[in-house]
Parts: sequence; structure tokens; C-alpha cells
Amino acid sequence: MSARIGVITFPGTLDDVDAARAVRYAGAEAVPLWHADADLHGVQAVIVPGGFSYGDYLRAGAIARFAPVMTPVIDAAGQGMPVLGICNGFQILCEAGLLPGAMTRNAGLRFICRDLWLRVENPDTAWTSEYQANQRILVPLKSGEGRYVADQRTLDELEGDGRIVFRYDAPAPNGSSRDIAGVSSANGRVVGLMPHPEHAIDPATGPSADGLGLFTSVLTQLVDN
Amino acid sequence: MARVVVNVMPKPEILDPQGQAVAGALPRLGFAGVREVRQGKHFELDVDDSVDDETLQQIAGTLLANPVIEDWSVTRVADQADGAAE
Repeated sequence: MSARIGVITFPGTLDDVDAARAVRYAGAEAVPLWHADADLHGVQAVIVPGGFSYGDYLRAGAIARFAPVMTPVIDAAGQGMPVLGICNGFQILCEAGLLPGAMTRNAGLRFICRDLWLRVENPDTAWTSEYQANQRILVPLKSGEGRYVADQRTLDELEGDGRIVFRYDAPAPNGSSRDIAGVSSANGRVVGLMPHPEHAIDPATGPSADGLGLFTSVLTQLVDN
Repeated sequence: MARVVVNVMPKPEILDPQGQAVAGALPRLGFAGVREVRQGKHFELDVDDSVDDETLQQIAGTLLANPVIEDWSVTRVADQADGAAE
């Protein structure tokens, strides 16, 4: 039986279709999860995809974080289930307290939509085990509120504990603190990043296939529950 | 019923590019002397008398503001009778 990876759809989510496609490319079954679901339908990992959940009202991710489906997601993450947040999903995981920091408006105020290179800083998380340390991957970034911020102490801790998972080539186009593109939870099971690996899984439809590694990595990290 | 105002502002150390853009636009419009602009959010809540200050702080700190990047203040501006004009 192939692995079951849940992909959440909130009102306003855009990238659930591509995230599910990436899961299938990796050889797993993509299980649709709805924002109003009270349980996770027996999935072994969860992806919170990008978009503009609830219209980004209040703050990006602030409303989605309280959607019914997030209660079992937070519980499962606490028990070690791998969770990946991409773009708006990253914002949601930060709002939910599963990842530290927050995202604010891009420093230049412009929405940024372009392919760019990331460096994999930590290949030991549940979502990056198929990469090499310092490997460079080409993926799209498309966000208006992608500037990662946290207080200095948190940034120092993240740095010291190897929890900065992805970095932009300096300077970060959105002004992110310390050029951070993605971070992880302390146990490396929850990862969030602003750029979009799910749009880079096949050179026919994206800039590269470099993003597929996140979706294949997690298949080696699953525990039955 | 009471009218409660919650003001949410980006923390001082958080870059506020929206405020900077406003500050940058003012001289172009001929308004001199504005040194800095910070942009935040202003909420007006009409709440029942049963809602105490601690609950209001929870509402502000849980949903209205993100404590990682924002400060907030909660102010009761006026008590108002049900249905009465402000």
C-alpha cells in the first residue's frame, strides 16, 4: 500500500492541486483534506499548501490557523507526524505556533514571482533527507508577504540548532532575516518554506525537478499511526 | 454593551515598508515635515458587559494581533446602552 499524504484545502487555497500532483509524482497517494474536517483520514503526513486562505484577511494565515482541520494537524505534529507548509501554508504553521517567527510584507512592497535558487542548509529534516547539505535547488517564489522575521534570540537559536532549512542567495529578494527561506521545528518533522517546491517537480511544467526531493524525502520518514 | 478599541501596531523593531511607502509619498504631494509613518490596524468591538478585560486581552493576543511581530492595546472607550446611539 502506498503512503497516504494529506493535502489541505482551505477556502482560497490555490496550490493544493500542484501539491497533490507532487505527492503522486513521488509515488504516494494524495488524500484531500478539507478545512472543515475534524480528523486527518488516517494520513501519514500533511501538506499545507499555498494560496490566499480566507482572502489573507486580518493577516496571512491568521484565520486558517483556527480552521477545524488544524486541531488534529497540531495534535499530530506534536506526536511527530511530518507536516510541510508551503508559502501560505508556512504562514499558517507560524500562526499556529508549530514554527517560530512570522512573515511580513516584502521589503520592497512588490509581489515577487520568479524562479530562484535556494540552498538546502539542513538535509536532516523529514522533508529534506534526499538532498545533500548545501545543495542548490531552483524553485519558484511567488509571494507578497514572504519576508521572514523573528526576534534576534529566536534567529540565533534557529541558526545554532540547524533549524534554518533553506536560504536564499543573499540578499533575499523579500528582505527575509538572515536570508531565511525555510525553517523547521526542533525535531525536524515540521518544515515551512516560502518558495514553491511543488511547482518544480518536472522540467516540462516548471523550472526544474529540484523540488520533488521534498516529497520523496518524507516517504522515508513515515511512521504508521 | 461596551465599545472597545483594539489598536495593533508592528513592533518597533519590525520593518514597516507600508508605513515607509506612505512616508515617502507625502513629500511628493507637497507635505513636508513628516519624519516617520507606522501603519497598523484599528478594531472596534461592541461587547457584552459579561466580557471582562482578561478576555479582551486574550481576543487581542490570540487573533487580532500576532505577538511575534505586533504590539496591541485594548481600550474601553464608552459604555453604551443597548440600541442607544453612540
